[in-house]
Amino acid sequence: MMSNRFAGTSFLIGSLLRKNRIKIPIWILSIAFSVIFFGKLIPDMYTTGVDRQIMAETMKNPAVTVMLGPGYGLDNYNNGAMMAHFMLLFAAVASGMMGILLTLPHTREDEEDGRTEMIRSLPVGSSSSLTAAISVSALSQLVLMLFVGWGLYFLKLEGMDFSGSMLYGACLGAVGIFFSALTGLFAQLMSNTRATSGASFVFLITAYIVRGIGDVSSEALSLISPLGLILRSQVYVKNRWYPVWITLALSLALFAVSLYLCSVRDLGAGFIATKPGRSKASKLLTGPFGLSFRLLRTPFLAWAVGMFALGAAYGSVLGDLEGFIESSELVRQMIPEQEGLSMTEGFIALIIAVLSILGAVPVLMFTLKLRNEEKKNRTEALLSNAVSRRGVLGGYLLVALLMSVTVQIMSALGLWSAAVAVMEEAVSLKTLITAALVHVPAIWLMSGLSLLLVGFFPNRTGFIWLYLTYAFFVIYMGDMLKLPEWTYRLSPFGYVPMIHADEINFVTLLLLTFIAALFMFLGFIGYERRDLEG
Amino acid sequence: MAIVEIGGLIKKFGNFTALNGVDLCVNQGEIYGFIGPNGAGKTTTLRIMLGILKATSGSVKIFGKDAWKDAVEIHKKTAYVPGEVNLWPNLTGGEVIDFFTRLRGSPNEKRKNELIERFQLDPSKKCRTYSKGNRQKVALIAAFASDAELYVLDEPTSGLDPLMENMFRRCVSRAKEEGKSVLLSSHILSEVEKLCDKVSIIRKGKIMESGPLEELRHLTSTRMTIETKRPVENPESVKGIHDIEIKGNTLSFLVDTEDLDGVLKQIVPYGIAKLESAPPTLEDLFMRHYKEDGDPS
Repeated sequence: MMSNRFAGTSFLIGSLLRKNRIKIPIWILSIAFSVIFFGKLIPDMYTTGVDRQIMAETMKNPAVTVMLGPGYGLDNYNNGAMMAHFMLLFAAVASGMMGILLTLPHTREDEEDGRTEMIRSLPVGSSSSLTAAISVSALSQLVLMLFVGWGLYFLKLEGMDFSGSMLYGACLGAVGIFFSALTGLFAQLMSNTRATSGASFVFLITAYIVRGIGDVSSEALSLISPLGLILRSQVYVKNRWYPVWITLALSLALFAVSLYLCSVRDLGAGFIATKPGRSKASKLLTGPFGLSFRLLRTPFLAWAVGMFALGAAYGSVLGDLEGFIESSELVRQMIPEQEGLSMTEGFIALIIAVLSILGAVPVLMFTLKLRNEEKKNRTEALLSNAVSRRGVLGGYLLVALLMSVTVQIMSALGLWSAAVAVMEEAVSLKTLITAALVHVPAIWLMSGLSLLLVGFFPNRTGFIWLYLTYAFFVIYMGDMLKLPEWTYRLSPFGYVPMIHADEINFVTLLLLTFIAALFMFLGFIGYERRDLEG
Repeated sequence: MAIVEIGGLIKKFGNFTALNGVDLCVNQGEIYGFIGPNGAGKTTTLRIMLGILKATSGSVKIFGKDAWKDAVEIHKKTAYVPGEVNLWPNLTGGEVIDFFTRLRGSPNEKRKNELIERFQLDPSKKCRTYSKGNRQKVALIAAFASDAELYVLDEPTSGLDPLMENMFRRCVSRAKEEGKSVLLSSHILSEVEKLCDKVSIIRKGKIMESGPLEELRHLTSTRMTIETKRPVENPESVKGIHDIEIKGNTLSFLVDTEDLDGVLKQIVPYGIAKLESAPPTLEDLFMRHYKEDGDPS
């Protein structure tokens, strides 16, 4: 009986591997390459011991801890310790995303689209699909682990030995496997794809935030988060393996629970049922704007709340930051005070820049939503009604623009409310909101660029995410990597004035807005003229 | 009065010519059948009519207006049911119906409720839980609940059960009684035969045959089954008959319409015991066009 439930699993694993033969290598190579490439850069960036010690001092900064995790081995800040401190958390988040996005299509999504049903009509066991999906995802993580482990080891850098490099890879693999198993579990609990992916990503983001707060306030809180736990392996410093084993054991437990739930539920059903909805449309659902708002309502609210929470998480370190600067004479000497910009203010400006780029994510998602609708053949029926293309595109753009202002205000509010609680002399709310809102034109420019893609290059809309990742990377890592000025200028966010430092440069802001408007205008023209797919 | 006028319509996707000179004319109050195999260009034609795709050349006029430029004006009086109905998974069927009828600008609450009841749809369910047939019902209800002048229906019954198909036919008939026009693209030839006044057959982007169903029937053969008192001698020699099957005294054959008179005159002398004649079905007509190139689709 038991073996019947798993009949055909190995065959399904083979077919899933074949189906994902492009996707899996892309994930593995892009994560492994970024990590290894970063490792290669480190010795060139920090050549002298003095350089490293200066860096180590600045890394004690709690704001950095919230972003990157606790620094281990700061007293001997060699290549290995830097590698673990700078990159392990980000790489772990990336492998977690890989775990979610490789598991989701072959669990709930296949089931929702009716493919699982067809597979189940073959001589295949009831648990085989789930087992195959998790196995393939776990296998990919194993390969990622080996790639990263061997790759880092072969850099042959001082402080990066074989066992540490393997642990580095294992940390990424374990987090990836954990999130695969978690997605597998959510796929059993939720009754549709959207809820499954939503729950998985919310868990990942929450894990990041909880770790951030825990790292500066409570070790126990950090251990609750799988991301916080994995950082406790202290790669290249103490090389502890227990976080990897615990994470893998938890993954196995999640998988066992999923298997049980899978065996007791009906195909297509979930445990968290969808309620029946309203049988009549509300008064608001009358035009294209009503539709786009109705469709994006939930993500709109979720992002607004999420950005507030993220702002508050960053804001919670501002108190510690003041203490950190006061306590260390050395730090004050080492960090040249920029004109009119205190260190705290400099960090606030950086945090706001980072939050703005994250806030651009929903704005771009909403701008591109119509293209997604088109791919799913939903615009055909919509546009056969008395509604213009301009109106439909405008409906989505309007929600996106509304989102851009909302996320900025929400993250500024979050930052402020936490800052008030922890700082002796809190920054004024007005300053923070202004600092956040000056980023809005840059977000609009990104949104305009997306619209241009929707209008003229509908098959290349993915480019915008690469561009945004670039902008994020430059802002987040630019100082640490000592990137030249022009790299900042390649993204619209590089033109945003630092509110404390500069007088607001209205000419720049107007110019950004103008370019954004021009892109949007062109995007509309393109969309009105081209053939639609469906 | 012509509601739909398509002349010399050509549509190219890169190097591929999807439509190569399509002509079509639907008059007011007509139910017009549009038939052809998969990939012949039916859906492409309908999408151009709706302004979703832009014609490479040729003219497409609906209510005398240009289908691409005046799409919004045209759509106020047009209802469309796509072949593959894709709806927003997190909206309910009821919400989608209301939304569509409001967008068209002529919601009719009473008729909507009547249709929901007749089609036995639960409007409070989310669209993701609907089967193909139920999604089709949502689109049909949204179409027939609004006061459109022209109904464009792309294989609207492919997911419906026979009872619902019957309901669909009643909706179409009622539309006709009210003087509305219908363009029905379909694979189901019996359905087209029952409903349509005129038919166009499209193949590889070209219209092969157009006209009233009655006229088209003349283009093809009638199958006759005749039981004679004495066996017919040398039936092969009779002019104008083919596909002959002989079973004792029973002779079954296809006869071209123009040769009917001569053929019967030759057979009558053998004494008729029983005579059956099946009118040419649309299927015969259809198959004839697709068999001609040795390419039955």
